[in-house]
Amino acid sequence: MTNILELKNFSKSYPGFSIKDVSFTLPKGYICGFVGQNGAGKTTILKSILGFTRPDSGTIELACCAEEIGVVMEAPMYVDEWTVAEVEMNLSPFYPAWDCVAFARYLEQFALDRKKKIKALSRGMKMKIQLAVALSHGAKLLILDEPTSGLDPLARDEVCDLLREFVLDESRSVLFSSHITSDLEKTADYINFLIDGTIVYAGTKDALLEKYVRVAGGLGALSAEQKRCIIGYREHGTGFEGMCERAHLRILPQTLLAEAIALDDIFICMNKGAKLHE
Amino acid sequence: MQIILSHRSGEPLYEQIKTQIRDAIFSGDLAEDELLPSVRGLARDLKISVITTTRAYSDLEAEGLVVSVQGKGCYVLPRNKELARENALSKVEAGLSAAIDAAKAGGITAAEILETLTLLLKEEVL
Repeated sequence: MTNILELKNFSKSYPGFSIKDVSFTLPKGYICGFVGQNGAGKTTILKSILGFTRPDSGTIELACCAEEIGVVMEAPMYVDEWTVAEVEMNLSPFYPAWDCVAFARYLEQFALDRKKKIKALSRGMKMKIQLAVALSHGAKLLILDEPTSGLDPLARDEVCDLLREFVLDESRSVLFSSHITSDLEKTADYINFLIDGTIVYAGTKDALLEKYVRVAGGLGALSAEQKRCIIGYREHGTGFEGMCERAHLRILPQTLLAEAIALDDIFICMNKGAKLHE
Repeated sequence: MQIILSHRSGEPLYEQIKTQIRDAIFSGDLAEDELLPSVRGLARDLKISVITTTRAYSDLEAEGLVVSVQGKGCYVLPRNKELARENALSKVEAGLSAAIDAAKAGGITAAEILETLTLLLKEEVL
C-alpha cells in the first residue's frame, strides 16, 4: 500500500495558537476524515497541504501534482462576478485533464444553472460548484474543508455518496475535514482526531470505534482510581456516564453498562477529557 | 445474495457481513466459483468503510470459504460439507443454550425441556 500524502512532524505557530508535531499518512484508495472542534487547526493543515501557507517545521509529501488535487474550501476561490459557465471557462485551461462532459453531468446532478453568478449562490450551491470542478479534472486527491456543513441531510448524503464513488478507483484518495461526526462515521476509512493543534488519534475508524466503549452506571459505583480511567466523565442526579478504553473494562465493576460507542460520543468525551487535563 | 446490516445491534459490521456471506455459502445461496461483490463496491453500496468490507473478506478467506484472486476479485470456494455441518451444529447449540437459560430462569426442569423438544421435533419433519 502506497501513500498519496505524508505529513511528518508538522508544526506551525500563530499568536495564541499552535499546531504541534502533527504526523499522519493517507494511503491511496481511502477516505480520511479530519475531526476536531472549530479552531482545532484543521483548515490550517489543509491549507498547508495545498501550499497556501508553509509550516514552521516538518514536511509534507505529496505523491501527485497540483493539477491532480481537487479542492473544496468553505468559500470558493472564484471571482464573485463569474457565472457558473465562466468558472469552467476560466479554470479548465489550468487542467490538462479537464472533462467538460463530466462537468456538465455534475451541473445537472447538482441543479446548478450555468448563467448564475457565484455571489448569488447559496452556501450549499457554492460547495457543489466547487465539488463539480474538483471531480471534473482527473483529480487523484480531493481535499475538502467542511464539505457537508450547512447542507441539509439529503444533500450531505449525496456528497458522502460521491466521495465513496470517487474511491471506487483505488488510486484515488480523499482528505476531508468535518465536525459532523455522522458524515465521518458513514464515509471515512481513517480518522485523524485533532484537539487544540495536537493529533490525539490517527488510524482507522474501525479501530477507533473498537478501542473505546460507552459506560454508564450509578453514583458511587466507582472508586476514585476507577474513575480516573473514565474519559469525559459526567455525573448527573441519578448516575454517571463517559467512555473508557475497552481494555480498562476488566478493572471496572461488571455491573456497569458498557456498550458500543458512536463517533459523536468519542468526540465529546475526548474534548471534555482534554479540557479536564488543562 | 443479500446483506442486511444493523447499525444498532452492537455486533461489529464486518462480523455481520461475514456471518451473512458464510450462511449464504453454507445454504448454497452462493454457489461455488461465484464472484462476490468487490470490496469497494460493497462498501459504497452499504455506506461503510472499505476497511470493514476488506476485513470481512479476508476473514472469510482465512476460514477457507473464499479465495481472492489478485485483480479479479473474491470467489466462493467449493462448499466444505464438514464446515457447513459444524456451522449448523454450533447454531443448534447456541439455540439450545438459550433455551436452557430460559428454563433455569423460569424453574423449568430438564425433563420438561426434553418433553417440549420431543414434541416440537414431532411436528417438524427433519
